[in-house]
Parts: sequence; C-alpha cells; structure tokens
Amino acid sequence: MKLLSKCLTTIGITSILGVSGAVSAATDLTMYYPVAVGGALTKIVDGMVDKFEAENPDINVKAIYAGNYNDARVKALAALQSGSPAQLSVMFSIDIHELRNLDAIVPFDDVVSTDADREWLNSFYPALMENGKADGKTWGIPFQRSTIVMYYNKDMFRAAGLDPEKPPTSWEELASMGKKLTKKDSNGVVQQWGAMIPSTGYPYWMFGALTKQNSEVLMNQEGTETYFDKPGVIAALEYWQDLGNKHEVMPKGMIEWGTLRQNFLEQKTAIMWHSTGNLTTVKNKAQFDFGVAKLPGNKELGSPTGGGNFYIFKKSSDEEKQASLKFIKFMTSPQQAAEWSKATGYMGVGPGAYETETLKTYLKTFSPAAVARDQLTHATAELSTYAAGRVRKALDDAIQSALIGKATAKEALTDAQKQANLFLRRYK
Amino acid sequence: MHNRINLKAWLLLLPALSFLIAFTHWPTLKSIWRSFAWAGSDVAQSQFVGLDNYRLLLEDPVFFKVIENNFWYAVGTVPTSIALAIIMALWVNSKIRGTSLLRLAFFTPTILPMITVANIWLFFYSPNIGLFNQLLGLVGIEGPNWLGDPDTALSSLMVMTVWKEAGFFMIFYLAALQSLSPDLFDAAKLEGASAWRRFRKITFPLLMPTTLFVLINAVLNAFKLVDHVFILTKGGPDNESNLLLYYIYEVAFSFLDSYYAATLTVVMLAILAIIALVQMLLLERKIHYR
Repeated sequence: MKLLSKCLTTIGITSILGVSGAVSAATDLTMYYPVAVGGALTKIVDGMVDKFEAENPDINVKAIYAGNYNDARVKALAALQSGSPAQLSVMFSIDIHELRNLDAIVPFDDVVSTDADREWLNSFYPALMENGKADGKTWGIPFQRSTIVMYYNKDMFRAAGLDPEKPPTSWEELASMGKKLTKKDSNGVVQQWGAMIPSTGYPYWMFGALTKQNSEVLMNQEGTETYFDKPGVIAALEYWQDLGNKHEVMPKGMIEWGTLRQNFLEQKTAIMWHSTGNLTTVKNKAQFDFGVAKLPGNKELGSPTGGGNFYIFKKSSDEEKQASLKFIKFMTSPQQAAEWSKATGYMGVGPGAYETETLKTYLKTFSPAAVARDQLTHATAELSTYAAGRVRKALDDAIQSALIGKATAKEALTDAQKQANLFLRRYK
Repeated sequence: MHNRINLKAWLLLLPALSFLIAFTHWPTLKSIWRSFAWAGSDVAQSQFVGLDNYRLLLEDPVFFKVIENNFWYAVGTVPTSIALAIIMALWVNSKIRGTSLLRLAFFTPTILPMITVANIWLFFYSPNIGLFNQLLGLVGIEGPNWLGDPDTALSSLMVMTVWKEAGFFMIFYLAALQSLSPDLFDAAKLEGASAWRRFRKITFPLLMPTTLFVLINAVLNAFKLVDHVFILTKGGPDNESNLLLYYIYEVAFSFLDSYYAATLTVVMLAILAIIALVQMLLLERKIHYR
C-alpha cells in the first residue's frame, strides 16, 4: 500500500513537472528487445541495464522483451503509432530499409556530435555494418549479432570412426561424414541423424549460407533486386533437399528452429547448423564433448551475419536521443560487448571486445567462442530488401515447399522471384 | 412538437452514432482512400496513385490463393455447421431425459474463447503426441502432420471451426423450435404425416428466418474469424491455410504495407457487402415471416 501511494505520488510529481515544463532530472528510456534463441538472455540484458543505470543515475532504461524479431518490430512500431513512448529498440538488422521507409528511425550520424563518437561509429567489424548502413549513413549499431556456425558432437564422431578435430569442411564431406554419423535400428528407423539444418523460423537465413557457399548472393546492396532464380541459387536449394532425400543424412521435411538445440543436446543429431547465440547454452548443457566449426563450403566458405542492431526512433526528444546514444555506447563498449559475448555466445561486435582480458582469458579456455568472429571474413549480408517481410516470406515459403517436396527447387524459387519482383518494382 | 421529438431522437442517437462514425465509417473511408495511395521509397508522404494497388492485387498469387482458400473454407464450414446445429437443436428439443446436460455439452465450445479452443486443438492435431494421431495409432495408422501438411492444414481448421460454431447456431434454432406452435404438429400427426415429412414441410420452412440469420452470420464469420489461424498454422504451410483477413493482418503488420493492406480490406468489404445483399434478396422471397 505504502509502495503504491509512493508510486502514485511519483507519477503525480512527474506529470506536474511535465505539465509545467520544468526540466526533469531523469530521462526515461523505453527499449523494445527481441529474444530469438531463448535461454537466460533477458536476465543478462537486465544485468547490463542495471549496471548502466548505476553508472548513470539520471537515466532510467525500461526493457520490454517482445518475443521474436518480428514480434518486437510489430510491438515497437505499434507503440510508436499509438503514442506510447519508445526511444530505442534492438530490432532485426535487416529491418533497416523498411524502418527508414516508415520514417521511424534516425541515422546515428545525426545524433553523434564529437569526433570520439564518430570514431566509435567506425569501431565495429565492417561485415556487421553491412546491414546497418544505407545511403552513406549509419542507421543501426550492431549488438545481438551472430553468424551461423556448425555445432558437432565429438563423441559421435569418435564412435563413427571419424576424427573429432576434423569436422566437414565441404558439401561432399558433410554428406559423406553425415552418412557415417546416421544410425538406424534393426527396423530401419533412424536413431541418430548425421546433420540438421533448421527450416522453420529463419529458413532464408540458413539458405543465405548455402547460397554464399555456392558463391551467390540473394540480393543487391540497395535492396531493390533479388536473385532467387539464378542457377547457383537453385543448386544451393537442391543440395539442401539432397541432404534429406538423396544422402538421407537429415530428416525429410521440416526441421524446427525452436527445438533443434534440444535435439542436439539430446544427441538426436551429430551436427547442427545454428546461430552462435546458442553457444553458451550448449556449453552449459551439453553432456558430451562438442565442437564448433565454420560452416562447410562448396565454391567458398560462407555464412550470412544475422541478429539485431540498436536503432534510435525519430519520435523522441533530443535529450532522449542523447541518453539513448549514451546507453548504446555503453552496451557496445568493448568491455560490455566482451561480457555479453561470453554470457551468450553472440559475437563481440568490434575488435576491441576481443582485446579485453575478459574475452582473451575466455578464448584461451574455450576456443569455440572465436569461430563466429573468424567466420566474419567469409560473411555476407543477411537478406535485406525493401518490402522485406514480403520478400522474406516468399523465399521462406519457397524453401519450405521445396523441402517438403511440394515443388522442385527451380519451380519454388522461380515463384518466389516473381513475387519479389512484383512487390519490389514499386520501389524502383 | 414534431421537431422537438426529432431533435430528441437525434440526441439519443448521438452517442452511438459518434462511435459508429469514429470506429466504423471514418476508418472505412480512410481505407478506401489509402487503397488508392502509396508512399513510395524513402518518403513518408503518401500520394494518389490511382489503380496501382489494385493492379498489384490482380498479379498477386497469394491474394488469389487466400480468396480460393476462403471460398472453400466457407463452403466447408457453413452448411456443415448449420446442418449440425439443426440436428443438435432437434435432439435437445425432444422430450428425452438429460437434455439440459446435452445442451450444456453442445454449447460448451461456444463459451470458450476462440484462442483457447485453438490452443486445445493444437494438441489434438500435433503430430506425435496429439490425440488424433494417438487414436489412429491404436488401429495401426500413422496419422499425418495435420497442420503441417499442405493437404490437411485447411481442412483441419475447418473441422475445428465447425465444432466451435455449431453449438452457437444451435441456440438460435432451439429458441426458434420452442416458439413453434405444437398445434401444427398435432394436426400433421392426425393427418398421418411421417416425422421426416413433418420436418420437411413444417419445421424447416418455419425455421427459415432463423436459417437466414444464421447463414449470414456463418458466412460473415467465415471471413471475419481468424483467431485460430494465429495459433494453429499462421496461414502456413506455404499459404495453404491462409485466409483473407489473416493475409490483411500479415500485409499490414508483418510486411508493414498499410496501402496494400487497405486495398485488400476494400476488397474484403466489397465481398462481404455483396454476400449479405445476395442472401437478403434471394432468400427473402422464400421465407415465411409471421
């Protein structure tokens, strides 16, 4: 009761201050935050927010955890439209074109004022900035960023007579090793799969890896064209189909994004492709010896980057923008980025993070934590276009209908390309 | 005198009217305007683009898919749930013991919110642990992945909808049945008419006003109710179970394309208006009102 009246008084005072136009001492920030891989992420973010508030008593940050990337975007934009406050958000790095299109975000170049700040803008891995820049300006600051990495069960490799230090590095090896790792019982029912690549959740993302490995890209940098029906892209999808249908090292049909980590932990599959954001959870929960490696390649190695960037909303006051900037600078500072990376498995967003004692010591005892970073040299941008939701879904649907055998890879991707053309032509 | 009454009537109507205008008519007009507009890239300023959005619609394969789905969804759910509702109403209207329990049982699906129902049915349909596949497993059949298989996804939605709706419509039929005069049936019995004949010649025609009401509601519901799509399939796989209203939601809130969403909304409004009009005009003539 006491607490309640205290709250009410505070609200009363704040509103009086607001009405009278007096300068309020504290800046309140509301941040929408997406949780894509589950686990204890919210606690980790809360911990970082608390630390920031302790250092900056004049800024309060309220984090709203809003489901997956799509949900977070929908909720943040709905809040903005309804007039509820939201000053910043972590959202899909690939939402940049649409957020700009909606006039919802401001470029960081307009918010920073000092040379030190401008230098800070350049302190991140360039590969992570690919999805954050447009029109020569920086709109998104990398934070919850990942690449796809290959987790593999070393115990199973040993049991199958494979060298646990030599995971597959090419498509052929993935198929041939996968065959050795796939185990059936006497009735021919598979007990243990060779590999699993998730085909729900973010299928276009996994597909981005396969296409890059086949030396193709899915779209142009401007986000106005897609290349879904190129022969190399079609071949990449055919390889994905083959893993299930021809090589039989992967279950046919859909593989759930959400439950894949559990399948790996329960040793239902020897290999999984998944976000590096799962790393710390796998490390904590795996009852077996596991390894992490770069994804295998075909013509080259490759993985898309992925995950979320910080954005600042246009509909906020200048003080709020400066407070947001301060918060984002704190969250992405080398020390915080290092601790974040250690706690989750997401990447340290700049070289600075890997120079800290925290990550240096961590990498000495746990080398898999460096794989995502090392893979950045082979990284490509994640699928990001205008009409992004539409284009992404067209590609997702195409991938899924090819994997469940409803259409051939060529038919499915040609259809997806047609849809993408239809909705992108309005932006040209 | 007359004027004063008029003014009073208008004043009484005002609260309801202002809400109706603010939340129905104004948004409708706004949607119609938006369906002819487009913001283009990098500009938040919308401008008139004529029929561009409608041209896009005619080329959009997903639009035709959801219209087709919605058609089959209506065809699959409306007659079945009306027939079931009549049968159930006749049953619980008969003089057998335990009818109130039976009424409760039939009505239960209706009092549950759609979201709850969908979540329950999610477990019925789930591939490995689901009720249906466990039952099928008892007789040695490996059941399909009901919601994940393109061939069964939409039908699965329909079955659940019929289950949910039939009980609701039953209530209307039950009320109608109880208002019918028993004299008609006694007279028919004296004439030696069979039970089927009594139903066909007396009950069914006298139920027609109810049927029209239920029919309109059922058809509108087939377009208006998509809560379960969110829970069960999200329109998937590959739009196989996508319905028009869910597609509008997707376009507006996932694809962030409010202009195209407005275009689809206008199409939906037109469809609903036409359906209601046709039903009123065609069926009005064949109905006995007292």
